[in-house]
Amino acid sequence: MEPNAAIDAVWKIESAKLIAALVRLTRDVGLAEDLAQDALVAALEQWPAEGIPRNPAAWLMAIAKRRGIDHFRHHTLAGHKHEQLVHEVETHHVPDFDAALEDDVGDDLLRLMFTACHPVLPTEARVALTLKLLAGFTTPEIARAFLAPEPTIQQRIVRAKRTLAEKKVPYEVPAGPELAVRLASVLEVIYLIFNEGYSATAGDDWMRPALCEDAQRLGRVLAGLAPMEPEVHGLVALMDIQASRAAARIGPKGEPVLLLDQNRRRWNRLLIQRGLAALERAERLGRERGPYTLQAAIAACHARASEASQTDWTRIAGLYDELARLRPSPVVELNRAVAHGMAFGPSAGLVIADRVAHEPMLKSYPYLPGVRADLLFKLKRFDEARQEFLRAASLTQNESQKKLLLQKAAAAPGTTDP
Amino acid sequence: MRFMMLVIPKDYEKAAPDAVPDDAKLVEKMMTYNEDLAKAGVLLSLDGLKPPSAGVRVSFTGGTPKVTDGPFAEAKECVGGYWMIQVKSKEEAIEWAKRAPMPDGETIEVRQVHEMSDFPPDVQAAAAGFEELMGKK
Repeated sequence: MEPNAAIDAVWKIESAKLIAALVRLTRDVGLAEDLAQDALVAALEQWPAEGIPRNPAAWLMAIAKRRGIDHFRHHTLAGHKHEQLVHEVETHHVPDFDAALEDDVGDDLLRLMFTACHPVLPTEARVALTLKLLAGFTTPEIARAFLAPEPTIQQRIVRAKRTLAEKKVPYEVPAGPELAVRLASVLEVIYLIFNEGYSATAGDDWMRPALCEDAQRLGRVLAGLAPMEPEVHGLVALMDIQASRAAARIGPKGEPVLLLDQNRRRWNRLLIQRGLAALERAERLGRERGPYTLQAAIAACHARASEASQTDWTRIAGLYDELARLRPSPVVELNRAVAHGMAFGPSAGLVIADRVAHEPMLKSYPYLPGVRADLLFKLKRFDEARQEFLRAASLTQNESQKKLLLQKAAAAPGTTDP
Repeated sequence: MRFMMLVIPKDYEKAAPDAVPDDAKLVEKMMTYNEDLAKAGVLLSLDGLKPPSAGVRVSFTGGTPKVTDGPFAEAKECVGGYWMIQVKSKEEAIEWAKRAPMPDGETIEVRQVHEMSDFPPDVQAAAAGFEELMGKK
């Protein structure tokens, strides 16, 4: 066993808590991260020979403490000359590193999560900072995972820490009306990481699809720290259920397989079980369902159907109605159209799809003509259906989808031309 | 990556069928450990198993399955329980296993869960074609 891989594993387990405690003590994200990094360097130097200590967290904190005291002493001395002040510094102004690890680390982690995901930072900065501080990623690992150059990620993180300091972002868990907005920002970051992994193809660097697991893990940690927040459980449920389909999403030639065409025997039952349990937790917390919980409830409808033909489309239609009220968007409307079409007949679906047919946001979206084409076909409006299948084929980037759409266009019975 | 941590308790192969954990202190340590796994976001599932004396073996040789009641004299070790965890690496699974509050003489075996992508293409195809073999309903 390679010593570095074992040390990396300990870092993955301990770093977030270490950094979180250090931020509370020093009130400075940049400094906290530097102290933590110093501790990691020391570990990489000493553990290969000495072995991994029984209590790695305490060992790392001890190093961070020593460096931290040095830092505070140096910075205070810079402004003062009298030696007596060194004593004063050590008894009154230096943070109590020893106590840090005994205190409840949960609050620290929560504060760190909210800080790393602060809306004052651009989204990509929040993502990078979260992976660095909360998921134990190194800068090169973040670069690999997001197909970005290392210096870009490095700069992004440096600038993020500087912004947090300049804007004097308080290190706290937000309360009151602010909590909902700030929580939404955290959930957005986690789901972004998940989607980056979900959209990765089999040929990519293995770190990319693994992002799904990293996001799921962050979600579970958050669910443990904020158990009374329904949308957290909703997001965990959504990610677990989506991840349950991983094995079924790719066909034999590496092509993506649509949900309704997937072999459901390849769906991971344990993840579905966990997802349904998390959804139940979200719904039991009583309040009106939020967007992640609604999306999870929709995913759950599919998960409960052992075959596509068993899908409860009426229930899905109702959920999309709710989602459309909460978070109206052309894409939600399109999905709502599909659900209504399946539940109440193609006319019902087409009415909804037609209302968004000219939305600028959907101009190049292949699913718009694709959905209309299917509905028109079912209504025996074959000429229009064919036109829409052809339009969809021209818009899609996916070769096998294109082939399928062209086949459907060709299969539409000919009628007399207008 | 997923791993199973299989618990191989000491002398469990000799335990009575109705044996239950009776060391309250150990149970408390276990509960704390399970909580740590959950808080870290790595726990997928866990269970404790009744001893082999309460169990049954179904063995397959030459056609007819043979059923034998436990305990099983030839077995020097047996599984007492498991955790299923989702972690970044094998080394992380090992680190978690090292932290389990296991009494002296006990062992945890760490085994990685196969992902579909581990299998050769023809095996994957067979697994994918299962539905066709069964005849679509």
